[in-house]
Amino acid sequence: MDSNLRREIILDNYQHPLHKGLVEEEGYQKIRTNNSSCIDDLMIMVKVEEGKIKDIRFDGEACAISTSATSIMIRNFMGKTYEEAKALLESYEAMIDEKPYDKELLGELNVYDEIYKQPNRKKCALLPFRAIHQILENKDLFNK
Amino acid sequence: MNREDFPIFKQDLIYFDNGATTMKPQCVIDSMTDYYSNYTANAHRGDYDNSMKVDVLYEGVRGKVRKLIDAKDASEVVFTKGTTESLNLVVFGFMKNELKEGDEVLLTKSEHASNLLPWMELEKEIGIVIKYIPLTEDNEVTIPNVLSTITDRTKVISLAQVTNVIGDVRPMKEIGEICSQRGIYFVVDGAQSVPHRKVSVQEMNADFLAFSGHKMLGPTGVGVLWGKKELLERTKPLCYGGGMNTSFESTGDFELKEVPTKFDAGTPAIAEVIGLGRAIDYLEEIGLDKIESYEQELKSYLLARLKEVPKIQIYNEKTASSIVAFNIEGVFSQDTAVYLNHYHICVRAGNHCAKILKEQLGVKNTCRISLYLYNTKEEIDELIRVLKDAEHIFDIVL
Repeated sequence: MDSNLRREIILDNYQHPLHKGLVEEEGYQKIRTNNSSCIDDLMIMVKVEEGKIKDIRFDGEACAISTSATSIMIRNFMGKTYEEAKALLESYEAMIDEKPYDKELLGELNVYDEIYKQPNRKKCALLPFRAIHQILENKDLFNK
Repeated sequence: MNREDFPIFKQDLIYFDNGATTMKPQCVIDSMTDYYSNYTANAHRGDYDNSMKVDVLYEGVRGKVRKLIDAKDASEVVFTKGTTESLNLVVFGFMKNELKEGDEVLLTKSEHASNLLPWMELEKEIGIVIKYIPLTEDNEVTIPNVLSTITDRTKVISLAQVTNVIGDVRPMKEIGEICSQRGIYFVVDGAQSVPHRKVSVQEMNADFLAFSGHKMLGPTGVGVLWGKKELLERTKPLCYGGGMNTSFESTGDFELKEVPTKFDAGTPAIAEVIGLGRAIDYLEEIGLDKIESYEQELKSYLLARLKEVPKIQIYNEKTASSIVAFNIEGVFSQDTAVYLNHYHICVRAGNHCAKILKEQLGVKNTCRISLYLYNTKEEIDELIRVLKDAEHIFDIVL
């Protein structure tokens, strides 16, 4: 990916993140993701309905990488089934970890494909995805 | 000043994180290497030359600390791992036995975690009550606010002399006087003050003072708890073992050595204590008054120049220490720190271990610059040059 385009997408998602602000509504799983070795601190809420991720929202303070990753994660995980979300998450984590991954599947999430060059920021790019991890641990949510 | 004494500055490095830890002058490094290369032995044992030498040097550092903080007696100086352990020793070795349910301990929301969490744990264990002295708009402690928080049940006031985020310097002499008039224990966290200014435990009327070696040009792994002799005598060690007892029987009876040796269970950090002693000598050779006034000069210069930077917000302009907290509008503090790191400028981003200060400041995370004697105006000029260019920050950090 062209580095200017990459930067533009990240910056746009940092400065105008999708679904920032929590809602007081039933049916959401609330997950706090923070990192002992950095200062990012995000509250993420996820709603699963009829076997799909129906909605994701977030709030909190975090760096440009974490915030933009949260925004892009939200856009790309909404509407996904358990299997789809799992495949997407595994591919994303493999990319951050410099392992083989499905480039086509990741789409917009490819903007973090060079984050390995800044090893101390890998954790920023992974942070919001812990919420997806936690949701997928509870497969029953998708069977209701 | 004295920059050439610090071998690390042969690198291209601008170090502005002195509130976290400090660089070491060659003489401190040499003093520890000398112990390891030429006279390694344990302390408090042995009748051979090296062991006796170690004993004299190790115990001698208590005398250097005594002089540094204007204490009455060298036996009131206890070596610990650092400020955190020192404060834990006060809370769990002394206060736990002296305080009762409902007794009140006064703190502030700008204290470091190590002056909050031990008290919070003691609150759970024995039911003491923590109260926070209200801070002014400028996040400072005032005497009227101290007085209005004191009740008949107030038994302890525990405060940093200089706080690590805001850098405000508290009116310790007056607070100490209030404490001694009312029989309130006065505990002082000196981690950010002892390295930077003259501190007198007698003038402050303190009961305990805690500080760390590594924040004052000394090694990591060593710090000090100073306490009034009669209070240390009533303090229970947190650690038991060799070196601190005079006798023990299979019946379970044992007797401890006198203060301060009763706190020296196990082999202490001998090289580190010797290194701390050398750091104290070094600071006193320069003079703490001179260090303080040099830092003040640097801080005024830093503040004046920071104001040239567009979109900068400074949180603690009025405080008297050499700590400056700031943010650039629209940029998360960590991104600013990563950006500065690109130019080999070290600042700290985050909440600086003062996690409840956000309730007071209304902002969770800041960038912190904390100055020390080896910083220069040229380094500040470079910082300003880089910050003025911060509109390109995301070209660097993304």
